[in-house]
Amino acid sequence: MNEKHYQCNCSLAGAKKLDEQAVDKILQKHRGKPDALLQVLLEMHSLIDYIPENIVFQIAEGLDIPPADVFGMLTYYPSFKTAPPGKYKISVCLGTNCYLRGSSRILERLCQVLNIEPGDTTPDGKFSLEAVRCLGACALSPVIMINEVVYPQVEPQKIPDILISCEKP
Amino acid sequence: MIKTRQEYTTYQTKLKAELAREKMRVLVCAGTGCVANGSLTVYEAFEQKIKAKGLPVKAQLLEEAGGHEPYAVNISGCHGFCQMGPLVRIEPSGVFYHHVKPGDVDEIIEKHILNNQLVERLLYHHPATGQAVTTQDQIPFYQKQTRVALEHCGRINPDDINDYIAHGGYKAITEILFEKTPEQIIDEVLASGLRGRGGGGFPTGKKWQFARAATSDKKYIICNGDEGDPGAFMDRSVMEGDPHRVLEGMMIAGYAIGADEGYIYVRAEYPLAVKRLKRAVVAAEEMGLLGYNILGTGFSFKINIKEGAGAFVCGEETALIASIEGQRGMPRPRPPFPANKGLWGCPTIINNVETLANLPPIIINGGQWFRGFGTAGSPGTKTFALAGQVAHTGLVEIPMGMSLREMVFEIGGGLRDGKQFKAVQIGGPSGGCLTEAHLDLPLDYEALKQVGAMIGSGGLVVMGQDTCMVEVAKFFMGFVQNESCGKCVPCREGTRRMLELLTKITRGQAGEEDLALLEELALVVQDGSLCGLGKTAPNPVLTTLRYFRHEYEAHVRDKKCPAGVCKALQDYYINQEKCKGCGLCAKVCPAEAIAGAKKEPHAIDTARCLKCGTCIEKCKFNAIYTA
Ligand SMILES: Cc1cc2nc3c(=O)[nH]c(=O)nc-3n(C[C@H](O)[C@H](O)[C@H](O)COP(=O)(O)O)c2cc1C
Ligand code: FES
Repeated sequence: MNEKHYQCNCSLAGAKKLDEQAVDKILQKHRGKPDALLQVLLEMHSLIDYIPENIVFQIAEGLDIPPADVFGMLTYYPSFKTAPPGKYKISVCLGTNCYLRGSSRILERLCQVLNIEPGDTTPDGKFSLEAVRCLGACALSPVIMINEVVYPQVEPQKIPDILISCEKP
Repeated sequence: MIKTRQEYTTYQTKLKAELAREKMRVLVCAGTGCVANGSLTVYEAFEQKIKAKGLPVKAQLLEEAGGHEPYAVNISGCHGFCQMGPLVRIEPSGVFYHHVKPGDVDEIIEKHILNNQLVERLLYHHPATGQAVTTQDQIPFYQKQTRVALEHCGRINPDDINDYIAHGGYKAITEILFEKTPEQIIDEVLASGLRGRGGGGFPTGKKWQFARAATSDKKYIICNGDEGDPGAFMDRSVMEGDPHRVLEGMMIAGYAIGADEGYIYVRAEYPLAVKRLKRAVVAAEEMGLLGYNILGTGFSFKINIKEGAGAFVCGEETALIASIEGQRGMPRPRPPFPANKGLWGCPTIINNVETLANLPPIIINGGQWFRGFGTAGSPGTKTFALAGQVAHTGLVEIPMGMSLREMVFEIGGGLRDGKQFKAVQIGGPSGGCLTEAHLDLPLDYEALKQVGAMIGSGGLVVMGQDTCMVEVAKFFMGFVQNESCGKCVPCREGTRRMLELLTKITRGQAGEEDLALLEELALVVQDGSLCGLGKTAPNPVLTTLRYFRHEYEAHVRDKKCPAGVCKALQDYYINQEKCKGCGLCAKVCPAEAIAGAKKEPHAIDTARCLKCGTCIEKCKFNAIYTA
């Protein structure tokens, strides 16, 4: 099980939000169905890429279930995020092949350079960092992915250059 | 819209003629690996530049190109030889170019496409002889392969249903709907001896019999595309490279057991597979090959696509069903088996992507044909993700029963950088590590089980002498520990304690008694866990303990890591000849463990050294080493 926790996100720049009406509309659509909770979370997640803490309580109330159930589902599935993603989502592959070719050092270096932990977003909202298991590009390992672009054969020294390059159009 | 069998046949004949009219076909690989290497720009370059020559170009089979012998420029699924990407194959000759950059496109057009000359520098060169190899099939990496499930990957355009039909697609389902009873289909699959490719190896036909026998108004087929093994990408390649094949396989399974609805459960990290499958479903529905009353036979089949939410355990069938039902994806005890009581309480068959992809050719060619590949106990072919320190990594499909040696040294081309072979890890987190002594073992279900490993999903990682087996075991334990759903105690607590023990060993803080404890715990977790995740989680530890015990002993007894991987068990030294005495290392050392006079070689006080590695990174003269 992955550990997730809420950090205060109010200061994060550019975080998307869902207003109360939008949330209500989604709740309305799924209420009463056996898989309502998962569907509601998936739909909201697809809109803003994370589930803010205040919405958890709104969902619980709307579906008439304890907030613990909502937290339970949210923290069970690794693809649900509790913090808003950065403008550039960085995924470091820690799959077998990438790991054996030293991808944990890439992750270490990224944590150092960005000064955040895996799962977090930089305070300016620019970069978020996470570790994933196999991006399916094992022959090119070690790889990282930034917003759907896979970077093959990454070396830790190249990290700063890669970060600068993604800011260029 | 195709409404009858006759219409299907006429349409297929027309498509085949269209295919035959193509003067040349340029297939640019658009698998994940090649896209990462920039293959899409190569694709665009081909399209634009051939057009610019005033030649007729088309991207889809039925596109009007305005010429009599059009040039097809298509994307294709994964060729498997990802490390050589971007890859370009030219039909009909089968010439294969690798490492193609947009800048090379002009030359290929000028020489090959217009004048039928080879572009020698982009061909594969035999590593031993230096000879250029012209066609794909002659490359050693492909020579020993047999492609059944991957037959179309790299050959057809996955986004074009017509291309699939022109290559014999949807023929199997059309045939059986008119000519065979469900029982006959089950018999054929039983005769083929096909066993589940998702890891368990259960005979597919037998599983279907249970579901066929179950009485219910509603039954389901689920395609398991969760592929959780962190280092395997076979199922992904099939879903991305030949999505219609998966749909057709599901329809055959649905007809056999009497299901009219199916789900494809795809891993969330595979956005491209999701996109291609969704397009394929829409295309097949529009064509009338999927949906209500297919070809007027009364057989209906609907396919839904569900994206997983990133949990490894959701690959297990009962957890997968819970996840589709909108619950937390946790396994439940079996029986009842899903074949009797599955999705929403209805009889459900769950098959792996590759299992399903094998069905259309089995129906067309017969079960006996399938038995012509592989061994008596494990017929057919199997795909593997060959990776690690071999020269040629990638996606491979071989007849079962091939020896590990052939796989590693002939297809894989041996180890890279002249490294010495040490071990191969097969089957991912549920599999085991095998040694040189196992190299002549045939790759089939039984042989691997006997030595404590398993084919599992088909991940195959080759490791050289500089790999620490304890560290490898720790890596897999870390993975399963993280993925354990927490429902049963042996798995939840056991894997955590095992990981702690392994960490202790790699840090040099463990004693001999810890090895015994580790072994005991492994057996408890194996015995006591609820689902396959926990039951197989100790395999990597048990096999490394069995075959590489000396390495564990070196860690606990001598506090040494023979492979030189475990940081905490190494000492840092400065090479007195290389050191220029610049003093940078002494400055950055957080423990002030480095000293020396200016412009004189420095030295490290190993007693104070924290082994953080900062000095190595900073040294400009490569003078610091570990031993
Ligand atoms: C922890 C765990 C993970 C699994 N992951 C997968 C998977 O990713 N893909 C898959 O096809 N089967 C997976 N399986 C096996 C399935 O439970 C099931 O046996 C299989 O999908 C059946 O299909 P088959 O008979 O065609 O092999 C997994 C099993 C366990 C216990
Ligand atoms: S292990 Fe990193 S891409 Fe597969």
